[in-house]
Amino acid sequence: MTTPNPRRVDKPGLLIALALLVLAGLIWQDMSSLQLSSVYGLGPKAMPMVVSIGLAILAVGNAVSAFRGELPERESLRWTPILLIIGGLALLIAFVEFNVGFIPATAVLFACTSAAFGRRAFIIDLVIGLVAGLVIYLLFAKLLTLSLPMGPLERLIGA
Amino acid sequence: MESFFALAHGVTVALQPMNLLFALVGVLLGTAVGVLPGIGPALTVALLLPITFKLDPGGSIIMFAGIYYGGMYGGSTTAILINTPGESASMATALEGNKMAKAGRGGPALATSAIGSFVAGTIATLGLAFLAPTLVELAVQFGPEDYFALMCVAFVTVSATFGDSPVRGLTSLFVGLALGLVGIDKLTGQARLTFGVPELLDGVEVTTLAVGLFAVGEALYVASRRHIQEEVLEPVRGSLWMTKEDWKRSWKPWLRGTLFGFPIGALPAGGAEIPTFLSYSAEKRLTKYPEEFGKGAIEGVAGPEAANNASAAGTLVPLLALGLPTSATAAMMLAGFQQYGLNPGPLLFAERPELVWGLIASLFIANTMLLVLNLPLVGLWVKLLAIPQPWLYAGILVFATMGTIAAKPSVVELTMLGVFGVLGFLMRRFDYPIAPVVVGLILGPIAEAQLRRALSISLGDPMILLQSPISATLLGIAVIALILPFMLKGLNRFKMQED
Repeated sequence: MTTPNPRRVDKPGLLIALALLVLAGLIWQDMSSLQLSSVYGLGPKAMPMVVSIGLAILAVGNAVSAFRGELPERESLRWTPILLIIGGLALLIAFVEFNVGFIPATAVLFACTSAAFGRRAFIIDLVIGLVAGLVIYLLFAKLLTLSLPMGPLERLIGA
Repeated sequence: MESFFALAHGVTVALQPMNLLFALVGVLLGTAVGVLPGIGPALTVALLLPITFKLDPGGSIIMFAGIYYGGMYGGSTTAILINTPGESASMATALEGNKMAKAGRGGPALATSAIGSFVAGTIATLGLAFLAPTLVELAVQFGPEDYFALMCVAFVTVSATFGDSPVRGLTSLFVGLALGLVGIDKLTGQARLTFGVPELLDGVEVTTLAVGLFAVGEALYVASRRHIQEEVLEPVRGSLWMTKEDWKRSWKPWLRGTLFGFPIGALPAGGAEIPTFLSYSAEKRLTKYPEEFGKGAIEGVAGPEAANNASAAGTLVPLLALGLPTSATAAMMLAGFQQYGLNPGPLLFAERPELVWGLIASLFIANTMLLVLNLPLVGLWVKLLAIPQPWLYAGILVFATMGTIAAKPSVVELTMLGVFGVLGFLMRRFDYPIAPVVVGLILGPIAEAQLRRALSISLGDPMILLQSPISATLLGIAVIALILPFMLKGLNRFKMQED
């Protein structure tokens, strides 16, 4: 590890500190809306209070290390793969929401992730994903009787 | 003597065909995920939780333990052959192991790590069998305030004491504690941090958090920096067997590694990284062949591997006897117990001895299975590394989402999975430890419940925490463990020189 660069302020580090502070505030605000109804000892407010104060202190601690530039160095990153995977997850969620079914949802996620890791065969991966989804569906929904989301395809098999 | 009979009874439970099968499935899965980069034992148990929900509790838990042990074996294979440790516990192994593989001595490196793991695992499991009941006897006297204090110790040691940065470790812990607040407060029935979303009333699902942080987070992280490093698989060349010389140089490191691994694993000190690195530097100092270190010294593989497995067994001591998880995998196993309504601790030893002792006995069996699976069949496991990375991670994500869907088929749950995935990615990128989040989520609500119970017994008098000698001592330890890393900032520099 390299010695920390003392003068550079770490902006993402400051953002993290800010996010922690926001979280602390959120917990505090939510806590204030609770009613005290405990006869003896601690009510439901105590723990949120501790967590909120702790997070606020840690926000300061993180901000200090960001100002000192103490955060570990980060390597360059590429955004395309990240967007592909998150996009795949978003599509999966949409498929579940609109009852397109488990198998197509799985196929899309499989193909998107595979593309994020550098494969250039989206259609083939989509087919692989479909087969994988089908196998998983049969194995888990039929054999282990887990309830997986149904779409037209699943109803066709399930009948 | 008592544990001896209990253990003997446990053996009869473990030898039931179904339980043998569960153990075998566990060690197979564990080795496979240990070998595969990107998935560790914690994630595997997390993925399996929703699927095993309807299976027999005893068998499932035996399987989870098999995964834990197997993951430790499998991780070393990856560390030796491609220098990318499957999990952090194998990092020390990679140092010398990969050099050995490059020098054409991959076979003996794999052998010494497998046999060392077996030796260490067996000794440490014996230690577990005898230490756990003692701890249980002690824990029977624990009141709620003592449990609360014990959890404070675990919180501090897991997050602050042994990490690189106490601030970042504590930040992770408090994020976990914050997530633990979500849901209905059990004592008053009021909803906390649910923001009017009905799905959040039950709280944050441990599996969703773990799968999001480990699987989705890891996939995002690896995908985003795929362009940086290319992995090279070293083929296993030459004989797989160790020479007489290798044996002579290995057996002492095995035993020393066990001595490092078991106690540190058993203390609520979190993780297997510390004992493995301690063992590595001890071997480096004690070796008769210092010139070989850095070029592939067998002692540097034998010691850390033994330490690694011994600490896995050590972690089970506080988990079974006190219900206290000190690593991410142990936390997932606790979640596994909880999904069947079982709470590890003194009560479980008293009420379900067949389950506890069956589990401990099956660890011996799993360990033996692993030796057989790993030595002659190592070539087979290496083939797993040939799975193309795109399909591997695509498969991981498919399983991850399927597990979540199966546990709670709702859009909210899947969205949370995605959010936790991004959180896991950011935590990896900015080097925040992940295990404290999971431990915080699981232990936070338990600690709160114990504290409130203690204070309602004492009619609201907080002095009860200091009046009980056990609780006062434990809280003292927690405070010291919290302050120490801030005072010893030089410790990190020292550790780096050691490596």
